[in-house]
Amino acid sequence: MFGEALIKYLKTADSEWYKQRIISIMICILAVFVILFVRLIYLQVINGEELRRLSLNNSIRLQSIDPPRGRVYDRNGKILVDNRPSFDVSIILKDAQPVEQTIEKLSEYIQVAASDLMSTIMHTRDFSSYKPILLKQDIGRNALAALEVHKHDLPGVGVKVNLRRNYITNQHAAHLIGYLSEINSDELKSGDYPECRSGDLIGKFGAEKTYDSLLRGKRGGRQVEVNANGQVVRVLKTVTSIPGHNIFLTLDQDVQKKSEELLEGVAGAVVAMEPTSGRILALASGPTFDQNAFVGGISREKWASLISNPFRPMANRAIQGEYPPGSTYKIITALAGLEEGVIDEETIFECPGFYRFGNRVYRCWKKGGHGKVDIIKALAESCDVFFYQVGQKLGVDRLAWYAKASGLGSATGIHLDHEASGLIPTAAWKQKRTGIPWQEGETLSVAIGQGFNLATPLQMAVFTSAVANGGKRYKPLILEAIKTLDGRLLHEETLRVIGKLPVGEKTLDLVKEGLWQVVNSEKGTARRIRLSRIQISGKTGTSQVISRKDDEEIAEENIAAHLKSHAWFVAYAPSDAPRIAVSVVVEHGEHGSGAAAPIAKEIIKTYLRSYKSRTQLVAQKIDKKGNRPREISKDILRD
Amino acid sequence: MFDRRLVQYFDWGLFGLSVVIGCIGLATLYSAVTAEAPAPQKILFFKQLIWFAIGLAAMVVSFMFNYKLLDRWAQSIYTICILLLICVLVFGKYIGGSKRWLILGPISIQPSELVKIAVIAVLARYFSKDAYTRGFTLRELIRPFILTMIPILLIVKQPDLGTAMVIVLIAGTMTVFVKIERRSLISLIVSCSIIIPMIWFFLKEYQKQRILVFLDPDRDPLGAGYHIIQSKIAIGSGMIGGKGFLKGTQNALSFLPEEHTDFIFSVLAEEWGFLGSIVLILLFLVLIFWGLNIAIACREPFGTILAVGITAMIFWQVFINIGMAMGLMPVVGVPLPFISYGGSSALTIAIGIGLLLNVSMRRFLLE
Repeated sequence: MFGEALIKYLKTADSEWYKQRIISIMICILAVFVILFVRLIYLQVINGEELRRLSLNNSIRLQSIDPPRGRVYDRNGKILVDNRPSFDVSIILKDAQPVEQTIEKLSEYIQVAASDLMSTIMHTRDFSSYKPILLKQDIGRNALAALEVHKHDLPGVGVKVNLRRNYITNQHAAHLIGYLSEINSDELKSGDYPECRSGDLIGKFGAEKTYDSLLRGKRGGRQVEVNANGQVVRVLKTVTSIPGHNIFLTLDQDVQKKSEELLEGVAGAVVAMEPTSGRILALASGPTFDQNAFVGGISREKWASLISNPFRPMANRAIQGEYPPGSTYKIITALAGLEEGVIDEETIFECPGFYRFGNRVYRCWKKGGHGKVDIIKALAESCDVFFYQVGQKLGVDRLAWYAKASGLGSATGIHLDHEASGLIPTAAWKQKRTGIPWQEGETLSVAIGQGFNLATPLQMAVFTSAVANGGKRYKPLILEAIKTLDGRLLHEETLRVIGKLPVGEKTLDLVKEGLWQVVNSEKGTARRIRLSRIQISGKTGTSQVISRKDDEEIAEENIAAHLKSHAWFVAYAPSDAPRIAVSVVVEHGEHGSGAAAPIAKEIIKTYLRSYKSRTQLVAQKIDKKGNRPREISKDILRD
Repeated sequence: MFDRRLVQYFDWGLFGLSVVIGCIGLATLYSAVTAEAPAPQKILFFKQLIWFAIGLAAMVVSFMFNYKLLDRWAQSIYTICILLLICVLVFGKYIGGSKRWLILGPISIQPSELVKIAVIAVLARYFSKDAYTRGFTLRELIRPFILTMIPILLIVKQPDLGTAMVIVLIAGTMTVFVKIERRSLISLIVSCSIIIPMIWFFLKEYQKQRILVFLDPDRDPLGAGYHIIQSKIAIGSGMIGGKGFLKGTQNALSFLPEEHTDFIFSVLAEEWGFLGSIVLILLFLVLIFWGLNIAIACREPFGTILAVGITAMIFWQVFINIGMAMGLMPVVGVPLPFISYGGSSALTIAIGIGLLLNVSMRRFLLE
């Protein structure tokens, strides 16, 4: 019974069974094809005429709606970059028949030679008679009025209000903020800009590039129906654009402005940062460039002159400039020497003005010598002979270890492109690079920051901050916060410690005392920038561009300008509770004390003055709320 | 060894039908690439010509051996195809936001196309063993389910949703054809109707958005929605007689996106009108019925199921592609057999036709 049922149930599928199922499939397929057939009749027979009409003029078109790009503010909410309306004229050739006549009339109204307009059309990439070709950007109000009046005479000509990037204080923080420029074919292919198409502007440099995706927003568009003249008859569908986010930089506009004023006329760089957070207060590089020139597409000549300028205005010297750190490097030699125990606070070396090593004489910058020198005096008066001996006792590799632990020789990771990493030489490095073994005499040069050493102003600022704050190396930040257009906080940059100086408190205190004396002692190398109300600590540096032979005497006046030494100054203030750290380089400025230190002083003064006026505001709030002043001051900064 | 009867039984009808549709395809492709702005891409036409020649060779190879050997080879072919798909994910080249191609010197192949044949073969092998009229139970369907899901997951990862969808539909058709046991079918339907809404609940907002746009292109008026409108205008503007060969304007202005691949039917419909379109659609219908007829004529389960699978592949691609161009289907990149530009697609269809010829000419050589 049961077996029989099972056999019946499990009847093997045979050809006849398959055939029945295939016939059912055929019926289903026939039904589907009937649907296709009916749809085809609906489109081509019933609606054919209407759809042919729409096809004749390609009547259904897309127009894009560009999103407003996010604005850029400084830490105090002062606006640095926004957008302004620009009236751009474009032409759709298919609609503009007869083209020559239309162009001629247009040329009259917008005051551009007809031949120029024609050549613009000829040189358009992705040429299509149905796509608008941009003829002139940013026409004036008068030209706009003329175009509006003669609209009926100008078929195919359209004026579109676009938002144009506006760098409010032109050239201001140009290297940090950067600029926009048209996307190129490599960038389009790279896949990094999936929503962009040819002709779009993207951030090419600085923060505009780093935060491009946040600033850009999302494009919207319209489906429209146009008439034979290309004029919109109906808007079918609209997708609104989504504006970009606003970004708040860590920059303090006043400090930045001051830095740039001070760098005017020289090639050099300034980095100012909060030593307790890594936030960049100012990042200036001179000479600078005109950001607004890039907005409408920079002209070939302007670009060529920027690129061929021997002072390289497009280089951001603050992060790309690699200079021998000169005597500012003595801070590292001092830290290493004290920490390794090759010297202590009681070590005294005699400086007769030179140091004999092997068969060579290494000179001190001070001809007569410094006499008896301890570590503090050595820093304050920048005694070369003292540090020759410290360096000799340490050896190049131990010194290099401390320099690397201090962040030199590798990029800081600031969110800007093309950061240079500098160079800290070791014996192995030289052997590999040149094939020549390390000479012990070279260690002496390295110990005072000459020779192969290279550092960027930013690296020295981060290092100086670490000395100032007790040893923490903060990642330098340029972004404070990101907010939506309506002010909602999206992201707040968090502080990050990227390393610690490998030294004890006692070592650091000794070095800090030395740095204080650089400015505040009778014979300190930077005594001229001493202020009565603000205590500054710092270190001067002079980095030689050419190595002078020991027995060669060249009067400084006789050195050609491009062979003069670079001037360095790194500093922080107030000495006991640092709120700002500064690193300054002036190319061919000769002496740190003369060229770089006064710049640092002015920047410190500017910042602490405005800081003070803000903290007074805070003080009034403390009484009511009883909160810690730092947090309240942050609130104020973000208001 | 070679049987003279094979020549005698060669299915000239199917072969002729394929050649005719192939020629229509070449002509349409020529029009599509010639008119393409800003620069005509005639090179694509000649490339396709070469692919057709390669396809013809592949077709001959596919009917030369006895298709029953495929029963034995199916597993190995399947494994090779899966390895190729893994290679695509590892070494593949990004073109237009997805990784679908393997570049081998001058040619680039799309293994996701070839894997369709492998899935059909491996499923035909499984379903032809121990097939009962009561159908397959859920437990028996686990293996084919896994065999189908492996390539699908690899293809979704590329991502190439169109091809993944076609494979799902082919496998689904084959499974329904061999029948699902009634109680299994009911529990399958019930569990799907519970699980699918639950998956929706777990999707991220942008994923939901993408599915909604897929189902309703009007939600994306600047992308898919606009393409559909342009495609419908192109088809409709062909009216009854068409605008004439090489006279299509929508195509000439390159308003049709991907006009030589996904929207090639619009080009044909605009230039040849209702008359031309209906001829092509009828040719496809005849081809599909021809394939099913081969399945009926084959008196042995493996050949029957294989023929049904290949025919299902052709049917679904025709239906999805033409349906999409006419605004009946979601916008998804599925090539129109014989017509759309694409070497791997042409090769796959050629192999499919070759296998149909194979089954057809050996229908009397059983026992």
